[in-house]
Amino acid sequence: MLNIIRTAVREAIVSYAFIERNFNLLKRYLNWEILFFTYSIVNALTIGLIMVGRGDAKDVLYLVIGALVWGFLSIMMREVSDAITWERWEGTIEYTFMAPIHRITHLVGSCLFAIIYGVIRTGIVLAVIPLFFGNHIDLSNANWVAMSVIIAVSSLSFIGIGLMAAIFPLLSPEKGQAATGILQALLLLVSGIYYEIDVLPNWLQPLSKISPATYTLRSIRAAMLDNASVADQLPNLSLLLSIGIVTIPLGFYIFHLGEKYAKRVGRLKRSG
Amino acid sequence: MVTMRTDRLVLKQVQKFFYRKKIQQKPFPQSLFPFLQTEKETIKAVDDISFEVQLGQIYGVLGANGSGKSTLIRLISTLLLPDSGQITIFGYDVVKNSYQVRKMMNRVSVDAAFFKRLSALENLIYTARLYDIPVKTATTKATEILERLGFKADRMDGGMEDLSRGMQQKVAIARAFLTAPILLLLDEPTTGLDPKSKRDVQAFINEIRQEHEAAIILTTHDMAEAETLCDQIAIIDQGKFIARGTAGQLKSQINKPESTLEEVFIELTGKDLQEE
Repeated sequence: MLNIIRTAVREAIVSYAFIERNFNLLKRYLNWEILFFTYSIVNALTIGLIMVGRGDAKDVLYLVIGALVWGFLSIMMREVSDAITWERWEGTIEYTFMAPIHRITHLVGSCLFAIIYGVIRTGIVLAVIPLFFGNHIDLSNANWVAMSVIIAVSSLSFIGIGLMAAIFPLLSPEKGQAATGILQALLLLVSGIYYEIDVLPNWLQPLSKISPATYTLRSIRAAMLDNASVADQLPNLSLLLSIGIVTIPLGFYIFHLGEKYAKRVGRLKRSG
Repeated sequence: MVTMRTDRLVLKQVQKFFYRKKIQQKPFPQSLFPFLQTEKETIKAVDDISFEVQLGQIYGVLGANGSGKSTLIRLISTLLLPDSGQITIFGYDVVKNSYQVRKMMNRVSVDAAFFKRLSALENLIYTARLYDIPVKTATTKATEILERLGFKADRMDGGMEDLSRGMQQKVAIARAFLTAPILLLLDEPTTGLDPKSKRDVQAFINEIRQEHEAAIILTTHDMAEAETLCDQIAIIDQGKFIARGTAGQLKSQINKPESTLEEVFIELTGKDLQEE
């Protein structure tokens, strides 16, 4: 038992390597980071402004929430995949895979970075947005505690999906990232990010039921627009948690299969 | 650190084949659908290779480009799975006991793979964390190794992309030695380096073998390097070991004791390394 605890502590410390490395990389690409951050603000503004003058403050907030939450969940889903793509391009993936760490430690480290980075980036956008919309956004009914709990729980299911998506760049650094983008676009289509899912064609609507983003958006909108509490959102939270419990181990397993395949056919190398 | 079960690395009848689509010029309209061409050719990257390396020994593998040297190194370093045969490192199987094996070894490859925007120090600290080495210890040790390799300490904070190829390779060597491996895989560590950097690296390998007991596998194009550093040398061609022994034994295999190792290589493989 003591050995298991010791190993768990050691692996937790080792996973910090990935957080530190990614923040170091972020520092080195700070100019680009500012550019992407500007894009996030512009994107949220563009979407929110569709409703300014057409609907009430609730309608504007409805769309802004869609843009912000989708931005956050995209980071959760994409960050592990991005880290793998980066390592494949630099050729360092062979060194990371050769290091005496468990794959779970490697992936958990990347996921932890995704959560911290996602919270910081979305938090800054969230703080800036009201400055642009003024009276067109009404946050007086927002239940921030409920929103934080919903975001935390739904992050789990998106990390699971992100782990599955990370095998695309593992197998193909050139095209893998695009495949992750396609998966993201599918979720964007069916999850009611900017519209209610009942506007989807009937044959597409069942897909929205298996997308965790559907429940995340539904609950966050309830919390931010109608002051819904955590207790009110328990059914959705249970669903999100269940999806996370299924997708995370499944994500690890699929990544493991991808790694095994890459080692069998020789896909890890960049050259030589 | 893992306890060694034996004092050697053993490869037994190891094979690794790759399969790639045959490029064929098909007439129109079949040429419009290249993905329908399913005929594949087999590349025997490593074909029935067996050998042993003892702790304290440097084992050289000489071969032309594409002869299977790097595949062999990747199989030993757990980055490729063998199709058949067995590789055990100090008693641990590379497939079944991959975690224990990874604790004992490190590798320097011909291309110094790093996060190019990060500094040398940031890259080395990343490695240190992966190997559970305290950052302070790692920084001191890395600085010491790099200074011995003729790398100026004040360049450690600059981006890797601003370093010359030779300097990057020195950082790669520091990264490997930082983890004090007892199996060191050196995959053409001096290829493409200027003469001074090459000498620095070779001298360091020689020094380190006196101080730190490890088994070293060195793949190279450089005959003089192989002759100076290696206790045993194997010549690999099309995935097979076609000759092995000490430099002297290899020379006597072609009945020309006065010949150079390069002449032995050309005689046995029919290839000239300079042309590669």
